[in-house]
Amino acid sequence: MKLWNVAGMAVGLVLVLVLTLAVFGLPVGPSLALIGEGAFGDKFAIARTLVKATPLVLTGLGMVVAWKGGMYNIGGEGQYIIGAMFAATVVKGVLPNPHPLFGPLILVAAVVGGAGYGLLAGWLYVARGVEVVISTILLNFVAVQLLRYAVTGPLQEAKRQVPESDLVPKALALAKFDRQMDLHIGTFIALAMVVVVWLFLFYTRAGYRIRLVGDNRNVARANFIPAGRVQLLSMAVSGGLCGLAGGIDYLGPAGQLGFNFPQDWGFLGIPIALLAGLNPAGVVPAALYFGALFAGSDNLARYTTAGPTMIFVIQAVAVLGFVGLSTLRLRRKTAAAGAD
Amino acid sequence: MDPIELLRYAAPVAIAALGETVVQRAGLIHISLEGTMLTGAFFAMWVVALTGSVGLGLGAALLIGAAMAIVFGWFTIWRAADQVVVGTALNLLAIGLTGTLFRSQFGQSGKLLSVGKLPTFWGGLDLVLVLLLVGVPVIGFLLAKSSWGLALRSAGEYPKATEAAGYSVLRLRTGAMLVGGMLGGLAGAYLTVGITGSFADNCTAGRGFVAIAMVTFGRWRPWGVLLAALFIGAADSLQFRFQASGVQVPYPLIMAMPYVLTLLVLVVVGKGKRFAGGAPAALGQAFRRGE
Repeated sequence: MKLWNVAGMAVGLVLVLVLTLAVFGLPVGPSLALIGEGAFGDKFAIARTLVKATPLVLTGLGMVVAWKGGMYNIGGEGQYIIGAMFAATVVKGVLPNPHPLFGPLILVAAVVGGAGYGLLAGWLYVARGVEVVISTILLNFVAVQLLRYAVTGPLQEAKRQVPESDLVPKALALAKFDRQMDLHIGTFIALAMVVVVWLFLFYTRAGYRIRLVGDNRNVARANFIPAGRVQLLSMAVSGGLCGLAGGIDYLGPAGQLGFNFPQDWGFLGIPIALLAGLNPAGVVPAALYFGALFAGSDNLARYTTAGPTMIFVIQAVAVLGFVGLSTLRLRRKTAAAGAD
Repeated sequence: MDPIELLRYAAPVAIAALGETVVQRAGLIHISLEGTMLTGAFFAMWVVALTGSVGLGLGAALLIGAAMAIVFGWFTIWRAADQVVVGTALNLLAIGLTGTLFRSQFGQSGKLLSVGKLPTFWGGLDLVLVLLLVGVPVIGFLLAKSSWGLALRSAGEYPKATEAAGYSVLRLRTGAMLVGGMLGGLAGAYLTVGITGSFADNCTAGRGFVAIAMVTFGRWRPWGVLLAALFIGAADSLQFRFQASGVQVPYPLIMAMPYVLTLLVLVVVGKGKRFAGGAPAALGQAFRRGE
């Protein structure tokens, strides 16, 4: 992506924010000030922004991998939830002896859970021709109900009174840098994954195959690349990243599972990935922008009726604007090519 | 279960799926059907709460459904943008828009709100159900026998030929989107002003996607689609029976049943040879004139 494109995008995103505020009848200046204060006002606010951006980075990366492979994974939310449930299962298993060394094992469990759930949708497509868009959405609803079942049944807290899991013991919770701040080590895991996914997509054979199959399945087939298996892999990696996001949120900011554990982070990975132009590096600024909006809108919600749902509108309008502009550009390019 | 009661519970999916049948026959997949239903559900309830007239509420749902379809169509038909990308963005827009408006209009917490419902006659039938029962044969006839239906179906099978025959694929598809959008809006409206009498965040709960799946299950034929929707509606109503019968199944697992069943149906009909065929050949593919 060229520099002026990025600049144009940044201006566009701010413009969409201002427009949305105006359309919902909010005073633009004071609202922007409230959002800014909630997102960047002090070090606590900045930490909040980073913590909100963390799952968005991971689920955004997950969507990049799947969509690059031509698999329209809309199931980030379900994979996020299943990942967290796998993590909670391991935590419950090691509860009598919560040694910090189990931490990585728990996150691996989250990855496995998310990957398995993504793989299920991938298999439904490859083996049975069930459209990924449909199956992943349906699996999201199934995952929400499975979570509700788990926290009222097998994963419920020891006293069996409220529909929540036990709190993650301190020894297993993600390390924090300052006890008063929300910032935890998961944010840095997410940033490391940006590099890993970038290397995977552009510097490994598997990554190349995923991109090739996504670009043109027939060319891939003609070159004896097993498209089905490659698409299964892209769904597994995608689901694994979303599962990791779920595991990190469970071990970090949430600290336990409950009915309100799912916060749509899995679903919101899609607009993040799209605005990033399906580029792993672009995921970071996109996630930071919307992480800041979520952190800031909590502040805004204290004084106005606008809640976090308003950010959905901003994301949707931004994606539509982006799509509209790129189709216009494509048309101009084809028109120019035709004139030659 | 009382058949009219079953029809009522199946109606939101059935109405949306009927519209989606027309859309898919023209070669598009209305991924934002869920969002269209949700906006229809909200605006119908909002207008009924404001005016007290259920008729106006249904009219508002038809209009907003058409508007959502026009936006989807402008991007995907006239700009040949990706249907999944645009559809997903519109679904997001619908959740955000209805959630934000709901909170600003009906209180911060989204307190429970109840509006007047559609009047019923003949033991539970109402205007929308009659419309559905009439709509299935009418749309079936138009698709199969009218010249409009023939042109529309050709746009979904082999759009180049449609264009060569002097029709505009883009206009045919836009027309199909309008039908699909209005029925989608109506389906959502029926949920709020026909069945529950209230609105909640994301209250369509995936019914738009279930409707898309039912079009596949019903093999792109209005009668088949209606039967498919009734089947899922029956499964949906089973959850109430399970609870009544005292069988010890955890409630969330029963709630998950319609989604699991829809998936199972898709797995069975998916690539099975016996069911092969029926899908429009150009389904989901953008058409660019002169390519």
